[in-house]
Amino acid sequence: MTLETIKEFVNIIFAPEIILPLILLVFFVIFPPTDRLYKLNKMLRIDKLWTKEGGIAIFAILIVFFLFGLTDPNFKLIVTKPDNVPIVGLIFLVVFFLWFAMKQAVENDQRIGEGKKPAEDADSKEKVLVWPDLVYIEFIALILCTVLLIAWSILLKAPLEEPANPAVSPNPSKAPWYFLGLQEMLVYFDPWIAGVLFPTIIIIGMMAIPYLDHNEKGRGYFSFNERKMAISVFMFFWLVLWVFLIMVGTFLRGPNWNFFGPFEFWDVNKLEALTNVNLSEIVYMIWLKQQLPANILLRELPGFLVIIGYFGLMPLILAKTLFKRLFDQLGSLRYSIFTILLLMAVSLPIKMLLRWAFNIKYIVAIPEFFFNI
Amino acid sequence: MAENNGDNWLKKIAETQVWKSIFRTGIPRNRRQRMMVVLNGVFLHLHPVRLPKHAVKVKYTWCMGGLSFFVFLVLTVTGILLMFYYRPTVEYAYGDIMDLREQVPLGIMREIHRWGAHLMVITVWLHMFRVFMTGSYKPPREFNWVVGVILLVLTMLLSFTGYLLPWDQLAIWAITVGSNMAGATPFAGTSGPGSSLLALGDVNFITTSSDARFALLGGRFVGEGALLRFYVLHCIGLPFIIMIFMIIHFWRVRKDGGISGPT
Repeated sequence: MTLETIKEFVNIIFAPEIILPLILLVFFVIFPPTDRLYKLNKMLRIDKLWTKEGGIAIFAILIVFFLFGLTDPNFKLIVTKPDNVPIVGLIFLVVFFLWFAMKQAVENDQRIGEGKKPAEDADSKEKVLVWPDLVYIEFIALILCTVLLIAWSILLKAPLEEPANPAVSPNPSKAPWYFLGLQEMLVYFDPWIAGVLFPTIIIIGMMAIPYLDHNEKGRGYFSFNERKMAISVFMFFWLVLWVFLIMVGTFLRGPNWNFFGPFEFWDVNKLEALTNVNLSEIVYMIWLKQQLPANILLRELPGFLVIIGYFGLMPLILAKTLFKRLFDQLGSLRYSIFTILLLMAVSLPIKMLLRWAFNIKYIVAIPEFFFNI
Repeated sequence: MAENNGDNWLKKIAETQVWKSIFRTGIPRNRRQRMMVVLNGVFLHLHPVRLPKHAVKVKYTWCMGGLSFFVFLVLTVTGILLMFYYRPTVEYAYGDIMDLREQVPLGIMREIHRWGAHLMVITVWLHMFRVFMTGSYKPPREFNWVVGVILLVLTMLLSFTGYLLPWDQLAIWAITVGSNMAGATPFAGTSGPGSSLLALGDVNFITTSSDARFALLGGRFVGEGALLRFYVLHCIGLPFIIMIFMIIHFWRVRKDGGISGPT
């Protein structure tokens, strides 16, 4: 009885309209990009997460959640699917290395705050020979890696499903896990944006990181406080827009690409009412209580205004307010490229929120030209 | 006493002409020999002779870059072994994988290859994360970060092309999902915006048999052509490209001043 209540509760928490705002809220307190949030982070003693005790607590919660989850047949079915096992391993690895990096970063922050040099500094003065000091570490790493791979291969057979049949499509059919973020974007954006434009922008954006980050501090040692903004933005991309969407795509997306809670049965017949509407329909039909104009440009005017405001005015407003210091640091060219890339990336969680909370489908919808945003 | 004997025995071998011709430096015992063994060897020469002490610590490097390269080598070796058994045709592909599973004694090559592929994406990720968290992409290493991003993309493309080869339901439908996006390329894909603009009178240049998706699949759907294309890309094309970028990546690590550190 109580067990079922807990599962019900978890299922409700993992509903997209709740988990996404929750993550967005919590994320920027855990990885604060600004001084003000950093103070809040310190006040709430969140940096205690990045100590030995904090790490043990994080892992205890993770392990308890998985052990508890495995008692549930629906959860077990998804998690123990051979191709999903690496993703479970990925969760633990990512969490571990996140903790490992942040622990060293917070320790170094403290040292720097006290006017000392980072922990790596003392070691970097001393030179050692590659043979044997590095070679033996590499050797041990290779052996451990080989043992892991062989054990994994003996314990778990590589999956092989029915022979390919172009006539029968499995439901759901999923992309390989590292592309699940792109597949998730397909829900909110048209294929040319989610599948072509965004991947290109993501690659260019990643390549641009060293040219956009003009902070000279924090090179060659772990740190957080000195490069809050850079780390927070990077973590947001990686943890929320990539890892989290992989989790969503793997564990929460079921038949017909419907959302399912982690302990929910993947019912093929689950019906979700499609009540999504476009912005133009909201403005004209609900607010102004009239028919949609026949002229496409007039019809999509509200959408165009929103887009122009978002990409045209937003960078200017941010430069005067939240990003004032950043604007001074970067100069106008770097600043424009950075904010445009950032706004594009942030448009994904914004659209997800709009979809889940307000059922908005497109901001600009011109299906006549395959042009929907 | 026994230890001493063993030592002598080793020493004698190390003094033979054959041994000396192969390992120029002899057994690296003293400082000079230890430096020479790194300088003279083609593989160890990837490394400098001496490193700052923080750079050999697992705490700092996590070993992830080296492990990515190692897993790549494992995938190359297992991949070559798999090629002995696998024929990339619609007729044979699935059956060959079936045979690998059922007939080949102690056959875990496919398992190592598949799980290794997952592992490589993860190690490359974690390597990238470590490099970011230590600020190692900052000048003078900006360009090597760019090369690293290319390597990450190539890693995922290698994994993606390999996904199709077993020719099971998982394979063709994952590739169908992926390749449908190529059909939506602006201008170059039939279902992308602007493709209808590329026409001369009534003749469309972009059709289902001339668009970006067709180029990727070698056909209008995931079939014989796609299997061959993905096989060649997976076994020859992409490994060739990724190796070139790996050479640049490793070279630049050294040329940009070795591993990063507080200066």
